[in-house]
Amino acid sequence: MADIQEKIAKLFPDATFEQGDTLLVNIPDEKWHNLARTLRDDADLSFDFLVTIVGMDWKETLGCIYYLTSTRNNAKISVKVTTADRSNPMLHSISDLWAIAGIFEREVYDYFGIVFIGNPDMRRLFLSIDWKGYPLRKDYDESPETNPVPTDNERQSDYTDTYVELEDGKVEKRETRVFEADDFVVNIGPQHPATHGVLRFRTAVDGETIKKIDVYMGYIHRGIEKICEKLTYPQTLHFMDRLDYFSAHPYHHCLCMTIEQAAGIEISRRAQVIRVLMDELSRIASHCLFMGTFCMDLGATTMLFYTLRVREQILDIMEKTCGARMTFNYECIGGVMQDLHPDFVSDVKALLAVIPKNIKEYNQIFTGNIIAKNRMEGVGVLSREDAISWAVTGPSGRASGWACDVRKTDPYSIYGELEFDEVIRHEGDSMARFKVRLDEITQSARIIEQLIDNIPDGEYCVKVPKVLKLPVGHWFRKVEGCRGTFGIFLESDGATSPYRLKIVPPSLPAAAVVDHITSGNKIADLITIGGSLDYIVPDMDR
Amino acid sequence: MPYEAWKDNEYIESLVKELQANGTNVIVGTFDKLINWGRSNSLWPLTFATSCCGIEFVSLGAARYDMARFGWEVARSSPRQADFIMVAGTIVHRMAPVLRRLYDQLAEPKYVIACGACAVSGGPFKKSYHVVMGVDKIIPVDVYLPGCPPRPEAMIYSIMQLSRKIKVERFFGGVNRQEKQEEFLKAHPIEGVDD
Repeated sequence: MADIQEKIAKLFPDATFEQGDTLLVNIPDEKWHNLARTLRDDADLSFDFLVTIVGMDWKETLGCIYYLTSTRNNAKISVKVTTADRSNPMLHSISDLWAIAGIFEREVYDYFGIVFIGNPDMRRLFLSIDWKGYPLRKDYDESPETNPVPTDNERQSDYTDTYVELEDGKVEKRETRVFEADDFVVNIGPQHPATHGVLRFRTAVDGETIKKIDVYMGYIHRGIEKICEKLTYPQTLHFMDRLDYFSAHPYHHCLCMTIEQAAGIEISRRAQVIRVLMDELSRIASHCLFMGTFCMDLGATTMLFYTLRVREQILDIMEKTCGARMTFNYECIGGVMQDLHPDFVSDVKALLAVIPKNIKEYNQIFTGNIIAKNRMEGVGVLSREDAISWAVTGPSGRASGWACDVRKTDPYSIYGELEFDEVIRHEGDSMARFKVRLDEITQSARIIEQLIDNIPDGEYCVKVPKVLKLPVGHWFRKVEGCRGTFGIFLESDGATSPYRLKIVPPSLPAAAVVDHITSGNKIADLITIGGSLDYIVPDMDR
Repeated sequence: MPYEAWKDNEYIESLVKELQANGTNVIVGTFDKLINWGRSNSLWPLTFATSCCGIEFVSLGAARYDMARFGWEVARSSPRQADFIMVAGTIVHRMAPVLRRLYDQLAEPKYVIACGACAVSGGPFKKSYHVVMGVDKIIPVDVYLPGCPPRPEAMIYSIMQLSRKIKVERFFGGVNRQEKQEEFLKAHPIEGVDD
């Protein structure tokens, strides 16, 4: 880490450094693009994976924190860029270096009003173009009168703004078309059975071939990040259930770990084992549902009934212990809410006994089917470089040959002690994405097998103060959700509620990459590709 | 299910009383009964899900809870072929005009179930800047179903309540002329949408 700091200090004398959980570089905005290019292209640094861009409002200044990771040596770095201009804030875009930055910057613009110079598409992401104000700013007027429930169809525009820096340093706003003038644009969604929720694709087609897709989000944007700033830490937890409702346990786990790390709470071994067991059970349930709905999209409705059989069995186990079928709110700060149900061990063993049989059955019904093969093999190929540039993590990234499993790269909780393989395939097509998930079920079952007979005794929840205050600082933690890398950025100013809680969902890059993968494919393949990426809309919209 | 086991019999009784107040034509009344018997036993839902509740709706369609037992399994993707819309999930500002449009596209007579805490009142997102606090602000609701998300059993109960309501309605000169609904829509206008 010291060499990186030395190297950057030599090249960029303006940079200042802070050491937190990662190295934080402060850099003036003018130098930022050059630094970003160095960080990405320098052979020693090669920070090629942009994890997230956290927009921030520090009251006097606005700015962003960029989290970067190197996929080669797993080094991490964060960069802070600020601007003091609150009325007309501008920063330089890095969307030419990392493909995913385009969408991340649009999100920051939507929340904070920071304009990115050089981003080709500076529209709002989640809110409508007539929305007044920027909701995550601290001085945002939240009264319902400012932004009433619309009584009108949303105003649509074919144009987008681009801010270009001229030779003399002035910034000019230009209007460009989203599609070309004579493109034939088909609207898909938001109410469409194959978009898995309320997502909208404006699809420019040439005959049956897709030319470009404009992904339109925000049909389920609930403003969770802003609500969290008004709630105490224990109260923020339950929103994690409602993001990606299949990854309720891993997401809870992530936020609990972040808060526990910040507060310096050490949890018992028993609680850790229970958390990992729940994470892996929900991974199996999630992948089962993925297969069911994905096969249903491709026309194999029967699969849904077979896969939901296993899922229901898991939900029964969860229900006995957590008391709910879906939004469990089970992990809490300090451990878990209740102890395991007495039947837990026997129920899980019964589940483990049926899983291999079920997987065999799925393969017989679907995987070898000639129609399934024709529709999936070679469709929607995503190369490893593109997967990294678009930050497509999770099973979809691993299907492109990118070893991005957080359980392996940054083992958290007790994952470091467990024996399991990271499932990686190299084809990068829809079939690979399907098979990775199928194989991950086996690996999750393997993890559960190792733990189920040695759940240690002890308390399931340690004592934590009734009123929890975190020290001043910021933390960033990642876990492997069912759909990819899920991260929480937490900034505290010492109060009982977070100053900023940024959620880093895996589904946002998965939806953003749809345009890149589908262009040139047939419109019928959009369903296959979208289904195989397995995005959850409430997760990307938050 | 025995009559006493239902939760809100007063509502159904008041509906029946309202119908009996003016008396019923023997012939029309008999036809009403016949048509309502058919309508209430083959309710077709619209596949409409925005979030968590939608997944429980999928479970409802699968083998374990099997809504086909009741004649509701024909989930349609087009509102023009559906009888009722189960608003399963949060409705936000951007979605509100879309939901209203879907409602307008449903074939008459049409019904709405507000499924889950978000659709009933905004639920856990009460403090949000972008969530519609209850779908009854945009469309008329027939059955409110609380829960976050409601269990599939609760969903079955809510659709049964709806079919009970349909059974006692007067079809001729009643629900096929939706006056109350028109009043509601006039009181909650959405420009650019043709009601």
